[in-house]
Amino acid sequence: MTRRRNKPQLAAAGLWCLLLTLTGCGRAQPADDWPRTLSAYGLFAGNGSTQQPTEGVIPYDLNTPLFSDYTTKHRFIKLPPGQHANYHDKEVFDFPVGTIIAKTFAMRLDRTNPNSEEQLLETRILAHRPEGWIGLPYVWNREQSEAILQPAGGTVDVRWIHEDGAERTNNYLIPNMNQCKGCHRVGRPMSPIGPRARHLNRDFAYSHGSENQLDYWSRIGALTGAPSPQEAPRLAVWDDPETGTVAERARAWLEINCAHCHHDQGPASNAGIDLMTSQTVPAKIGVFKSPAAAGRGSGGLSYDIVPCKPDESILVYRIASTEPQVAMPELGKRLVHTEGLTLIRQWIREMKPDNPHPATQ
Amino acid sequence: MAENIRLTRSLLPLLALLAVGCQSGDDPGLTELRTVRIEPGPEAARRLQEALIMAQPGDVVQLAAGRYAFESTLSLDVENVTLRGAGPNKTILSFENQGTGTGGEGVSITSNGVVVEDLAIEDTPGDALKLRAAGPVTVRRVRTEWTDGSQATNGAYGIYPVQCHHVLVEDCTAIGASDAGIYVGQSRFVVVRRNHVSRNVAGIEIENCTQADVYENVATENSGGILVFSLPNLPVAGGSDCRVFKNLIEENNHPNFAPAGNIVASVPPGTGIMVMAYDHVEIFQNTICNNKTANLAIVSYLVTEKTYDDPRYDPYCEAIDVHDNEFSGGGNQPSGTLGKTLSQLTGGTFPDIVYDGIVDEEKLVEGELPRPLRITIRDNGDADFVNLDLVNFEPLKLRFPKISRDLVPHDGRHEPLAPVQLKSPLQLESTE
Repeated sequence: MTRRRNKPQLAAAGLWCLLLTLTGCGRAQPADDWPRTLSAYGLFAGNGSTQQPTEGVIPYDLNTPLFSDYTTKHRFIKLPPGQHANYHDKEVFDFPVGTIIAKTFAMRLDRTNPNSEEQLLETRILAHRPEGWIGLPYVWNREQSEAILQPAGGTVDVRWIHEDGAERTNNYLIPNMNQCKGCHRVGRPMSPIGPRARHLNRDFAYSHGSENQLDYWSRIGALTGAPSPQEAPRLAVWDDPETGTVAERARAWLEINCAHCHHDQGPASNAGIDLMTSQTVPAKIGVFKSPAAAGRGSGGLSYDIVPCKPDESILVYRIASTEPQVAMPELGKRLVHTEGLTLIRQWIREMKPDNPHPATQ
Repeated sequence: MAENIRLTRSLLPLLALLAVGCQSGDDPGLTELRTVRIEPGPEAARRLQEALIMAQPGDVVQLAAGRYAFESTLSLDVENVTLRGAGPNKTILSFENQGTGTGGEGVSITSNGVVVEDLAIEDTPGDALKLRAAGPVTVRRVRTEWTDGSQATNGAYGIYPVQCHHVLVEDCTAIGASDAGIYVGQSRFVVVRRNHVSRNVAGIEIENCTQADVYENVATENSGGILVFSLPNLPVAGGSDCRVFKNLIEENNHPNFAPAGNIVASVPPGTGIMVMAYDHVEIFQNTICNNKTANLAIVSYLVTEKTYDDPRYDPYCEAIDVHDNEFSGGGNQPSGTLGKTLSQLTGGTFPDIVYDGIVDEEKLVEGELPRPLRITIRDNGDADFVNLDLVNFEPLKLRFPKISRDLVPHDGRHEPLAPVQLKSPLQLESTE
């Protein structure tokens, strides 16, 4: 994979400089400078197997997370020393170059037991580099002592005891670097998804005690410009009725599970669906919208959402499927999120046919 | 001399980069055009995916002849890379074993300046080759095929550029897609030529594009040969300026096996060309024969009776010019719900050219469409015609159509549409 270089030639070099000046292009980072191991980032104490962050690495959670085949996730962010992120009301916070975001996917071996041991599967790194964000997948070794960069992704067979006590298995998918972009893309550039005010506005159990994440980030100087949590937007927690109505929780679930592709600048923009919670036009979230390019993903149904009729709604059909081409989301999902599906079905069933009232904000 | 050649070669990727605007930056070192060679084998899929991730602009990734098996989408997101096989019957990329959650298509291209050529993509659960939000893009001598025959469980599209610009699809073969063999959607500056499409639901579909030339293709044994559609509720609204010419569109009588709900599921089997809701379409010098529902249908989206909510959408066909085509046979056995229902109005068969007569009544001047918006038909040999006048078909209001086979109201011509000019990466850079 090494590239041959010519000896510098005067004319060519001169032309290069001229062209560079004209276009203002930055320097491409050759693949060689991607850290080969997760430990090289220094995010975790010891070998990382306990996922204890080192000094300056902030753990965080989201109100409603992406469903990833029943894995649990550990999220961390590390800002360059002395630097901070700028608050935005709607968009992803403005993070300085040098920011590292890490998300570890783990399988709790016994989901009936909250203290059960976990198997670490992969840690996805989003690194903010001068030329933009880049996504790198690191796969944990069997010994759980190190995670190794695997640009082409892969799969891991996992086995666990589910909440209902039944043993379950999955061929868990680790995305390749292009698939990272499949979700983390707004227009052309990559972007984080989670670190937005509405997702982060919640309490976190820090080692020093429980505190609102926006407050904490502001207090330690990691974030500037944030209002008080009461004034900041907050999405519902999909499975906590105290945090929102069925519609609010359903829309929160749809945003985090679908809207990274299905928004007006996302990788699935061509389908014409926008599942961001900010979208208020019924046809844009799928109400009586004919499929554009669904193929057999239509399931023989005519519209994405038919109010009051979850069984006639393509949205439900695809969330409920594990068939290739039919199943949504189409990346990273092998298993149906049964509990999320129940919520979406209830939301559609309770829609008012003449006024689907899809908005939550 | 050798030095000069080397210099030129070393500058090529640089120029290519320049041309695409350096999205990801570039390397001030001087690099040669590089060819990465991949051979078939147990690790080939992973090695190929890695090669495409690590590729540098200007690289050629060359696949030796043989069969390559994939379990997930193969994706390319680096600009100006050529993915090249040894020929559409020699280098086979099989996605028969692609798993759930690994992506919606076999091969996914999302970068500008990519060329895919001389290979086959077989048996993808989803679309075979999708190119999204990129341009220019070239697909050449590629075969997409579902090898178990025409089934509803086949992927939707064979060759599928969407939201692209400066799209060239040439000398390809597309077989067995449950939607369209070659589908170009929401794109600008499109050339689809010299392809062979068969046993798909739609052979070639141009949807919500601006400036598309479709010529010298052979469409046979599809349910519909060539479709030119404008559909609602899509981010790129409207379809305009499409030339369909010098194609052979013959015996597209395959049963329609598209899953219900998709727009092509409403295309009657036995349709040669169908133009739906498009504006400025020039159909000329085609040979259109033995399509048993109708050789050419010009219809409004309203015939589908689908609900839509899109204030930008114009569901009517306007400024369609049909001239110098050769029609024969066909129309003898209209099928599909739409074909059977509507042909009741004409005694159970259809002439060569069927126009639904649905017009935007707000645009009528003294009961007629202004000339620039009319459907014009001339010099098509002895081709016959019907205007079903469905705009006046409202039985509940006791309003019934005046079906007419008279071509006189459609006499006339429109200004010929200009040929599509495709631009290379360099040309694009200099004009933008």
